[in-house]
Amino acid sequence: MDLSKASFWGYPRANGRVGVRNHVVILPVDDLSNAAAQAVENNVKGTMALPHPYGRLQFGADLELHFRTLIGTGANPNVAAVVVICIEDQWAKRVAEGIAATGKPVAYFGIEKHGDLDTILRASRAAKEFVQAASELRREERPLKDLWVSTKCGESDTTSGCGANPTVGNAFDKMYPHGVTMVFGETTELTGGEHLVAARCRNDEVRKKFQFMFDRYQQVVERHKTSDLMDSQPTKGNIEGGLTTIEEKALGNIQKIGKKCMIDGVLDKAESPTGPGLWFMDSSSAAAEMVTLCAAAGFAVHFFPTGQGNIIGNPILPVIKLSANPRTVRTMSEHIDVDVSGLLRKEMTPDQAGDRLLECMVRTANGRLTAAEALGHREFVLTRLYESA
Amino acid sequence: MIHFVVHEEGDGVGVVVIEGVKAGQELTGWIMEDDKEVRLTAKSDIPIGHKLALRDYRPGDTVIKYGVDIGRVVAPIARGEHTHVHNLKTKRW
Repeated sequence: MDLSKASFWGYPRANGRVGVRNHVVILPVDDLSNAAAQAVENNVKGTMALPHPYGRLQFGADLELHFRTLIGTGANPNVAAVVVICIEDQWAKRVAEGIAATGKPVAYFGIEKHGDLDTILRASRAAKEFVQAASELRREERPLKDLWVSTKCGESDTTSGCGANPTVGNAFDKMYPHGVTMVFGETTELTGGEHLVAARCRNDEVRKKFQFMFDRYQQVVERHKTSDLMDSQPTKGNIEGGLTTIEEKALGNIQKIGKKCMIDGVLDKAESPTGPGLWFMDSSSAAAEMVTLCAAAGFAVHFFPTGQGNIIGNPILPVIKLSANPRTVRTMSEHIDVDVSGLLRKEMTPDQAGDRLLECMVRTANGRLTAAEALGHREFVLTRLYESA
Repeated sequence: MIHFVVHEEGDGVGVVVIEGVKAGQELTGWIMEDDKEVRLTAKSDIPIGHKLALRDYRPGDTVIKYGVDIGRVVAPIARGEHTHVHNLKTKRW
């Protein structure tokens, strides 16, 4: 597939980014504000609340990550406008100001001194204005390089490593020369193949930063483990699917970064890339956590290869699922956007599989709903680093 | 028909890619990187996605897949036998 003239239809945003969805998000800063956020979602059709269980008494790096994730989610180009609700006015303001730096419409509300009902009324009025304004925005044709693409696999099995993940790798290799911004992560899931990732780093500086992130996560495992992580990494599902060790899982995982792309930079969790190319983001390997971090980092479409059939979606980031496992494609067809099982029967070449994924990506970017979107999968899961104070 | 795939020449295991492989079945494998065929007889029933050994292994041996170390053998494995958590363990963690 020649991508040199490839384009997609997206929503240009004030900060120069381009979205492929046009959500009006009702964003609670903490657990206490979920009820009000969901009430606003119910009042104003076409809005979407993102309830979550955290945001109270977090501190230090964990609190910074909380703010970075919420602000990044609101700032994502797939979001047209945001209503922020928090029990405390000051933190609502902090998150709203972070999002407003993108130039998009944001309003914020603190519940204290007002109560839920008054807050819901005022926030609903703001949300109604936002959703009507968003409905008038139109898509424009933009070059492929304006698309940011993330990847993370899940419920992997051995077919992931020889089918679905190399398909993502093929697509990444094809997009890389055209200045597309791409990311992968899953830090512990590189264990056993970390030397291969290090060898792909653009230069020593990038390599050193990658190694720092990798070692930091290994220390977390060493500090808390009670066994060799059997049943956690690999998971029960991975083992059911035939994956035996973390090394084997990691080597399959790494197929997603293709054969040619270099790793141009390293990001901490939910950090945004500062230029095109392939980035590594330090992140959990748990599907919803990692995809939530990709959305917060500003990515607009996601490739999710699965073996045994992970069904994850994300509220603002369209998750395109592909599988090479013929049983999964047969028994869980409603979750699979791209069937690449022909690869294992030699009925499809890796090049054809990559093209099929890229075609699905452009259609998805243009507005076609993914299976996960159609089925209502909106897993919004914040990563925590440690206990609250 | 392809019953199992092998990533590259020199790997010690292949991956069954069809459902219902039974002990005693004659199998055809495809070495993907090198586009070659390999044949062997299954010594166990092997579910789709699970591995079979392409050679004999003794405890302490290292298993290679993708040309890289994927763990250590903890129980003897014969060529054609199911290779999984009962006879192969991680060297990490």
